[in-house]
Amino acid sequence: MTELLPVDRYLVDSLPTIWFGVVVFSLAMYVALDGLDFGIGMLYATRDEHERETLLSAFGPIWDANEVWLVAFGTTLLAAFPPIYARLLSGHYLLSIAIVMGLLVRGVAPELREQRDDPDWRRRCDRLFVFGSTVTPLLLGVLVGSWAFGTPTLSAPSLLTGVGLVALCVTSGAAFVAAKTSGSLADAMVRYGTTATVVYLVGVVALLAVAALANPSNVRALLLSAPALGAVLATVSFAGAGLAAARLGRHRLWFGTAFGLSFALVGLVAALLYPRVHPASGLTVDAAVVSPLALNLTTVLGLPVLALVLWYFKFLYGTFAGPVDGANA
Amino acid sequence: MSATGALIDGTVLLAENNILLSPEFASRVQFGWTITVHILFAALSIGLAPYIVYFTWKDVRSDDPAYARLREFWINVFAVGFVMGTVTGIPMSFQFGTNFPRFAEVSGELIGGPLAFEAKMAFFLEAVFLGILLFGRERVSDRTYVLSSILTGVGAWLSGFWILVVNAWMQTPRGFELVRRNGMEIARLTDPVAAFFTPRMPWMYVHMMNASVIAVTLVVAGIAAYFVWRKRDSEAWNTALRMAVVVLLITAPLQALHGDAYGRHVADTQPQKFAAMEAHYETGQADLHLIAIPRSLDALTDPRTDTLFTISLPGLGSFLASGGDFSAEVVGLHEYDENPPVALVFWSFRLMVGLGFLFVGLALWGGNRLRKGRLSDSGRYLRAMMLSSPLGYVALLTGWYVTEIGRQPWVVQDVLKTSDAVSRSLTATAATGTLVAFVLLYLALLAAFGAVLKWLIEGELERMGVRTVDDTSRPRLPWVSGDD
Repeated sequence: MTELLPVDRYLVDSLPTIWFGVVVFSLAMYVALDGLDFGIGMLYATRDEHERETLLSAFGPIWDANEVWLVAFGTTLLAAFPPIYARLLSGHYLLSIAIVMGLLVRGVAPELREQRDDPDWRRRCDRLFVFGSTVTPLLLGVLVGSWAFGTPTLSAPSLLTGVGLVALCVTSGAAFVAAKTSGSLADAMVRYGTTATVVYLVGVVALLAVAALANPSNVRALLLSAPALGAVLATVSFAGAGLAAARLGRHRLWFGTAFGLSFALVGLVAALLYPRVHPASGLTVDAAVVSPLALNLTTVLGLPVLALVLWYFKFLYGTFAGPVDGANA
Repeated sequence: MSATGALIDGTVLLAENNILLSPEFASRVQFGWTITVHILFAALSIGLAPYIVYFTWKDVRSDDPAYARLREFWINVFAVGFVMGTVTGIPMSFQFGTNFPRFAEVSGELIGGPLAFEAKMAFFLEAVFLGILLFGRERVSDRTYVLSSILTGVGAWLSGFWILVVNAWMQTPRGFELVRRNGMEIARLTDPVAAFFTPRMPWMYVHMMNASVIAVTLVVAGIAAYFVWRKRDSEAWNTALRMAVVVLLITAPLQALHGDAYGRHVADTQPQKFAAMEAHYETGQADLHLIAIPRSLDALTDPRTDTLFTISLPGLGSFLASGGDFSAEVVGLHEYDENPPVALVFWSFRLMVGLGFLFVGLALWGGNRLRKGRLSDSGRYLRAMMLSSPLGYVALLTGWYVTEIGRQPWVVQDVLKTSDAVSRSLTATAATGTLVAFVLLYLALLAAFGAVLKWLIEGELERMGVRTVDDTSRPRLPWVSGDD
């Protein structure tokens, strides 16, 4: 294999940048897809027993596959930029451990709920499900905020990113459920989703203002760069289009804009992280990337599979397309 | 040597305040505990996958309601196990970053690729097609449905492959050179084929996959035996029991033979681990201890030939290690500065091997009864299978302990010590705190899984008509009632 793959140069010169892009793409897929799962989990708190079953029918077949994007993100980061993986996680020890524990509670609770037809048992599982679905995106947002702005865990930019991510997840979840149901449930989703979108926009504006004023890790210049401004513009456009689509009852289109919002947020994060991919230590993409042979190998074996994975998701979402089972019962 | 000192040679146990655990020790125990729980569910996916495929295929192909029952019951178990495997699997790779960041940074080029391939090639496959398998029976064709069960299984086995590529590299690292980068000496990939297919890889893959099948087969057999004991003419569960016995007849002897050759390979490639497995301290001829019984409490934590009552084969250790020479010199533990916790390795190894022979015995016993067509007649055999159902997992875990604890003090054999891999910024408070949290959370998880299994079994009893919903008179366990 060493004869087939160049040992001392990257397959293309921009390969490290391409892999920075793959890391970002995996994170965006995670935020967009598991984000809708978190959103469902939070909106779940507002529903009655019958509608909860409907939400779980929408959630059941897809959440586990969605969650794997977090693993894809983490392992891609490790495979391409090991020092960043090591510094990011060890630098946010309690936060990282709390996130995996939150994911555990979120994942197990609905599975356990379905195993027993006992109201007390179900109430307890439901509480854990809502708790895990709320806390995990909040902490994940704080982690991503700390990473992008190079700030401590308890700082305004980190916390605002956390709150913003929670609002974004509610938007995604509401749009997804609205697209798969009808009647009063879909109407309620439009109400919650609209509020969440407005909260999200306010959160993003506050975040940008705080970051520009406090200027942690000298992000002000980066915030005014074309990619960052583009991400902000995309955020405003997707949010506006989403609000209009929700109002017009075009729920599938609305979900599309929520997907776009997630990508715009991660795009903003990427604009802050390139090329200084770990602001807290100043490590750049070129300093952190693995050697040519390792990255060439990951490219040849990993990238085609990523295309296949996208096809799996098309198949999965296609199979469970249309109204949720029992939604109109 | 004090009892605790012997268990964890060379590792600082407590933090400076003598209350909290040291970051290193807490991290090691935390990783060990979280992998112990995770491996139960990972092995469940791997071992149950072939059964799921078979039951699904038979159910779709025939109208036999027995297979529909078996498919439904075991897919339920698989689904809950898979969720628990996912949520306990994510903390594993995270801990490479949180607790052992120097391991991630030093060996990132070697382990990052395989871990990323595991996620992309295997984990997605398993998760996506399990969604179809669980929720898509009415939404896809029979053919796609069977294919989904196969792809779910392929995902589980492929996942095991890439994880063991990483683990085998940690045992017998190849295909790299050490270079300086960002002020640290790191392993740079030089030969991917050598790095992925290390000498240990094929040994480990066969042994671990087979161990998973055996562990799950014993669970299947135990549960089937229980249902058969409750209702002797249950068609579905007699079928499952027969199947499990046949699978055990193939896998249990294979594991014993394979394990023997694997031991020789370990002696060649990791002599220190081999010495720890036999508690062989003085360099020279090594005996093989067939049976070892501690003569005192000290012998449990610090096994030595003079504190153990052993039945040994003189020179057989040398014979195995050298491949035929009874007097070959085997390097003893005294030759090394730091050793793994010998007691854990020594006793884990004995337990694993002893259980391996027990499984061969159970397989032959069942095979003999099967040949006579009287498998379910014997209350004694059914009882034995029920009692043995968790033992495959005990063997799997103890085998894993031999492999991983026996590699200490190295995290990557002869390249990086575990103590050097631990995070420098980790405080004793944080490390001890998360360890306690993981212990409590995972105990709750195990209890929940046990409860789910119990409910599934109760549900099946109701369906079989041997237990009604209001049935408060609990049946006595078979080994109490004795109904031969």
